[in-house]
Amino acid sequence: MAEKKELLTVQSGEAEQPFNWAMGRYVSKFMTELRDNKRIVGVRCPQCKKVYVPPRQVCADCFLPMEEIVPLSGQGSIYCFTVLSFGFVDPDTGKQRPVPYTWAFIKLEGADTCLPHFVDLADPKKLKVGMRVEAVFEEQRRGHLLDIKHFKVIEG
Amino acid sequence: MGKRVAIVGTGQTYMRSARKDVNGQELINEAVTAALADAELTMKDIDAVVIGNMDHFEGINYVDSWSVDGSGGYLKPIFKVCTGGTTGTTVAMCGYYHVASGLFDRVLAIGWEKNSESDTTGAIITAFDPVLDRPTFGGAVGGLALTAQRYMHLYGATEEDAALVAVRDRKHALNNPYAHLRLEITVEDVMKSPMISYPIKYLDMCPRTDGACAVVFASEDVAEKIAPQPAWVLGVVNRHNWTITGDPDLGSLESMAEAAAVLYQKLGIKEPLKEFDVMELYFPSSWAGLMWPEDLGLAKRGEGARLIREGITGMDGELPINPSGGVTSSNPIGATALLRVAECAIQIMGKGGQRQVQGAKTALATGFGGCSWSDVMIFGAKKPS
Repeated sequence: MAEKKELLTVQSGEAEQPFNWAMGRYVSKFMTELRDNKRIVGVRCPQCKKVYVPPRQVCADCFLPMEEIVPLSGQGSIYCFTVLSFGFVDPDTGKQRPVPYTWAFIKLEGADTCLPHFVDLADPKKLKVGMRVEAVFEEQRRGHLLDIKHFKVIEG
Repeated sequence: MGKRVAIVGTGQTYMRSARKDVNGQELINEAVTAALADAELTMKDIDAVVIGNMDHFEGINYVDSWSVDGSGGYLKPIFKVCTGGTTGTTVAMCGYYHVASGLFDRVLAIGWEKNSESDTTGAIITAFDPVLDRPTFGGAVGGLALTAQRYMHLYGATEEDAALVAVRDRKHALNNPYAHLRLEITVEDVMKSPMISYPIKYLDMCPRTDGACAVVFASEDVAEKIAPQPAWVLGVVNRHNWTITGDPDLGSLESMAEAAAVLYQKLGIKEPLKEFDVMELYFPSSWAGLMWPEDLGLAKRGEGARLIREGITGMDGELPINPSGGVTSSNPIGATALLRVAECAIQIMGKGGQRQVQGAKTALATGFGGCSWSDVMIFGAKKPS
């Protein structure tokens, strides 16, 4: 094999492998609230009282089941942010996400964990940790995280 | 108590952006052959194989069987492990556990990746929760940028501070013939490089690399017969914390702080900066090189930049960090953390060539995965009592 040959690659092609992921009771509640009531909900741990968003069955710290669904206002503040300026193919859609856009951890009022989502302002010079933001919902909703279109800056 | 375990040989490929001259199995074979040669063993001496990569990067999901001709695992026990960015250290821990159990004397641990075969950001996104994370997930660069930005907010760190890490590690890579990027750069070069995800710029970020690494673990019964100076495993700890991306606090790394604290207590380490001779730390971006040494107890919160500015972690400093050039110089993801382990062993075995830290007797390696989980491994020249 010392002789120099062409080096080839083969492309996987356009085939899709769709999945059907069950959301379970807790995430289904979160998604139906987004879809039907434009409302974000969390869940509170009966022991440590921490409020998780999105809701899930078990508090990781206490390893206890949580039952108390907590409605949140849809307003909060930016915990941290980044402005993505490189394009990449979103594996969910097969399309390149338009850049630049802001991806941030949103600390919703009444929640102890953050909800990562998009923010409508994409200038790192103007963005600040602690800025007040509010959820903006899509007109057509389907029970999906992107029923929240993005968070809008409402106050510096 | 299990058997004492040491690394007795390491092998790695030259790290490159695309190795189109070999397929995955052939790439793996290069590292395995080099590790066996280093240990002066043959495949007949190996009792079991542990192998890992990010299987969603190449789209090959039965790597254990698929790689048999490359790994040498034909009719041997093979375990595949995949834990994201920490895959390489998890492979090493799994090799260690095999030998420590007393059931195997010589185990080959392999990490590899052909990053060139898929879109790295898209592939990484598929590692996250499909319902709650993926629709908004900004890839590894975005996730690392979020924690970097939080760190800036908490401690007033600057982009120039982070650039110091990029400059140090790239400079160290000039001493490592295997490194992918061997760049002599300045803080100004980093600052002028294109912003990819604020505050992370092009030269702050690790590359995508094709490469493989293999390490031979041996029990106390055979280690000293194989290697004149084995690199003894003094302790391993792995910690995971959260499920959903928005759960953990950012600007620090709880899982790494916890893993290090557990190991330091076990080994009686009180002043890690003084007690270690060298560290090989998994910094996927320069910003991690400011933050995570704080979690390892090397600096107070917010003072990570001082370690670089004062030369403490340079090759002539009190504690050289990443003599190999680290992850921002070479990043074959499934092998990246195993390279940290191999490079620690190389230092203790005195085989570092131009990148050797003279007289290195104790070393610490880390692995990092996703946005919040960590592996820490500690090695020493002296056989543990």
